[in-house]
Amino acid sequence: MNLVIREAFIAFRRAPLLSALSVTTIAFSLFVVGLFGLVAVNLQRALRAVAERVEVVAYLLPGTPIEASTLALKDIEAFPEVASATYVTEEQALSKAKRELAEFRDQYRELERNPLPASIEVRLKPGFRDPQHVEAVADRLRGFGFVEDVRYARDWVEKVEGLRRIATAVGLVVGTGFAVVAVIIIGTTIRMAVLQRGREIAIMRLVGATDGFIRQPFLLQGALKGTLGGLLAIGLSYAAYQLITRFLLQAEFFSPQQGLAIIGFGALIGFVGSAISVGRHLRRV
Amino acid sequence: MIKLTNVYKAFPKGGLALKDVSFHLAKGEFAFLTGHSGAGKSTVLKLLYAEDRPTSGEVRVSGYNVTEMRPREVPQLRRRLGVVFQDFRLLEDRTAEENVAFALEVTGARRSTISSRVIRVLTQVGLAAKAAAYPRELSGGEQQRVAIARALVNEPTVFLADEPTGNLDERATRGVFQLLRDINASGTAVLMATHDLDLVRQTSYRVIELQEGALVFDSGIDETPERAGAGGGV
Repeated sequence: MNLVIREAFIAFRRAPLLSALSVTTIAFSLFVVGLFGLVAVNLQRALRAVAERVEVVAYLLPGTPIEASTLALKDIEAFPEVASATYVTEEQALSKAKRELAEFRDQYRELERNPLPASIEVRLKPGFRDPQHVEAVADRLRGFGFVEDVRYARDWVEKVEGLRRIATAVGLVVGTGFAVVAVIIIGTTIRMAVLQRGREIAIMRLVGATDGFIRQPFLLQGALKGTLGGLLAIGLSYAAYQLITRFLLQAEFFSPQQGLAIIGFGALIGFVGSAISVGRHLRRV
Repeated sequence: MIKLTNVYKAFPKGGLALKDVSFHLAKGEFAFLTGHSGAGKSTVLKLLYAEDRPTSGEVRVSGYNVTEMRPREVPQLRRRLGVVFQDFRLLEDRTAEENVAFALEVTGARRSTISSRVIRVLTQVGLAAKAAAYPRELSGGEQQRVAIARALVNEPTVFLADEPTGNLDERATRGVFQLLRDINASGTAVLMATHDLDLVRQTSYRVIELQEGALVFDSGIDETPERAGAGGGV
């Protein structure tokens, strides 16, 4: 085993440029996957936040008596899908608007009467936040005579979900493309290493080394390059993440598990590239 | 130890490298394999260390049947053989000691075993003092001694030498040849391919001569059957 590990490391010294090329290709392919991965991770997070807030708002006709609304509130709270229902008066709506939409404070001041309707805000239980259930609750709310309009965040949810799917798909397609290139380049560098060491391999065979034994350093070397590429990709992704967080928006980085998965994938690319190449070229030297 | 029976070997592009070659080398025997360049000496040796397969006929070495052996068995056979060549085939970026140790490392031997055996064989070939030297720092004769040490380190039962003195001056040749005789004296069968007829004439060892791929003379059966042992004839 010792010999195998030593041989694998010696390879970096023998062909530093080729080794650097393999490592960089793997790093860039994983970096691309990583960037799209970051986007997907963050969209997923946004989606979770939105999903938590999925609420159905029933706007009430002006002049609806408070008693009627209170009764309706009880009914609504009894719906199996509903976690909570809150009555929001016209005044509360206005002050909330002033607080949350500070940009329009001046316009609010000039208002002579409150244009905002009273409403009932309904939050759903976790298992019922999908479009079908939201739609069903909204339909039942429309059934109340004093409900003027029902709004909910379905469109928003679907849009974010759509974006996340696109980011994941693009990341996978582009990443796969780069991964294939990385496998080819790793394969080529390993092939050159095999040819360069043809004499040595011949001597190894002469003294009774098995092909498995001869193969091991090359496989280890490939996996090592892949691991290095994976680490480099994490570093690049982290730099990109830092830039985004500083200049664009507050984002989230990979979890340790996701980071390990990226490094593991790099090791796999390196290993597979070497295995394909070494198997084919060992026969020829 | 070695037995060739009606061996033919065709060149890839046509023509025969070996034509109906049969001979037997008993345990502990020493024989020269002679003939001009291209007579088929190296081909015979390649068949013996399973670098090549015969086109027809049977090749047996150390209990292995090269004709029928599976690729997986080749390394096992080679660990029982010692092979040296005219061009030494040492690794330039390793010291004498490392070159010898290499042959043990590939067999997965333990470190403690390796260092003691390496020192023992280097002492045996008279190079213990130059264990740390690289091949380029050694004379031709010394490099061949390192190669011999490497071939011996696995304690082979058959020793094959393909023109081992071809690149050496007279003095180095005598030294290397004496080493091969010592190896043979300790019970290892030695087959030495050479076209150095002076060397062949100095001794009374068995001589097997090839000419254009055919065996034309074998002193083991023609002159001294008692030395050739029970398996001298075919």
